[in-house]
Amino acid sequence: MRPYRGLAIIFGFYALGEFTSLALDLPVPGSVLGMLFLLAALLSGAVRLEWVEGEAELLVRNMSVMFIPPGVGIVTYGALITSQAVPIVGALVISFLVTLLVTAKTVEILRRGRK
Amino acid sequence: MNPYGITLTLVVFYLFSELHARRKAFYTNPVLLSIATITGLLTLGGFSYESYMESAVFLKFLLGPAVVSLAVPVYKGRDTIKAYAREIALGIAVGGTAAILSAFYIAELLGGGREVVLSIAPKSVTTAIAIGVSEEIGGIPALTAVLVILTGLLGNAFAPELLNLFGVRDRIARGLATGVSSHGLGTARIITEDELAGGISGLAMALNGVFTALVLPYLIEVL
Repeated sequence: MRPYRGLAIIFGFYALGEFTSLALDLPVPGSVLGMLFLLAALLSGAVRLEWVEGEAELLVRNMSVMFIPPGVGIVTYGALITSQAVPIVGALVISFLVTLLVTAKTVEILRRGRK
Repeated sequence: MNPYGITLTLVVFYLFSELHARRKAFYTNPVLLSIATITGLLTLGGFSYESYMESAVFLKFLLGPAVVSLAVPVYKGRDTIKAYAREIALGIAVGGTAAILSAFYIAELLGGGREVVLSIAPKSVTTAIAIGVSEEIGGIPALTAVLVILTGLLGNAFAPELLNLFGVRDRIARGLATGVSSHGLGTARIITEDELAGGISGLAMALNGVFTALVLPYLIEVL
């Protein structure tokens, strides 16, 4: 029954995160709160790494397939996307370049200052 | 409950994964090809998204526990995070904010509607978190999902070359820039070239996801 310990802990923290997000009316996804709670539990020793490691890594490694159903939802927005193609593509490409460059230069300056 | 949605998703994804294993390139990304193929099949066959989601929703649901599970790689990378705490904290605070603001303002400047702008804002973070953030702030999660993957593909295809072009040689800077700008797909590429930069990139992806999820919903209210 070993995998059920890991899954029970992971799903338990997910439920706790969703509950917290709802109860405190936070705009933060419950899954992210659940991740922070699990991280805190690991760091404090309340949850041991080997209790969740295998199941967590299985879920993380197989995340790709889970993006497909929400992505297919695009099918209902065809007209909107065609009419807004310019802002969508423009923001996508330019913002990617800006982010890559700003992050790289920020860290480089920091590293140079230290040496 | 009809079982076709989940079956179709697994079959199509399996086939494209085989193709990707044989021909590794950004244009054979199995997630994007699967979304395009399934979208095409639904449209051609006249099936509704609701009927597809009846069973496919099961896969979508697992994104929640998968995000929670990201705590494990972060926990295991805690020594690396401690060693480069300053770089990681500042890189994410500055880079993550630049990602949100540039996406938001460029989309708005180019005439994007509110829903579209909100869908683009979280595009630099890992898909699972971006979908959750998009839902929270009133974007279109489906559009966000596709944009996140496209952003990742840009990083997968071009990040190392662009960093060379800009003369960025520092490995920590290269890893952080890749993880913050193009999440898991960028990480997948850079890790094949430099393990240290790749490890940093993976941690940056997870931490930038948390940063964006915590900051973006509040930032959007004042923009």
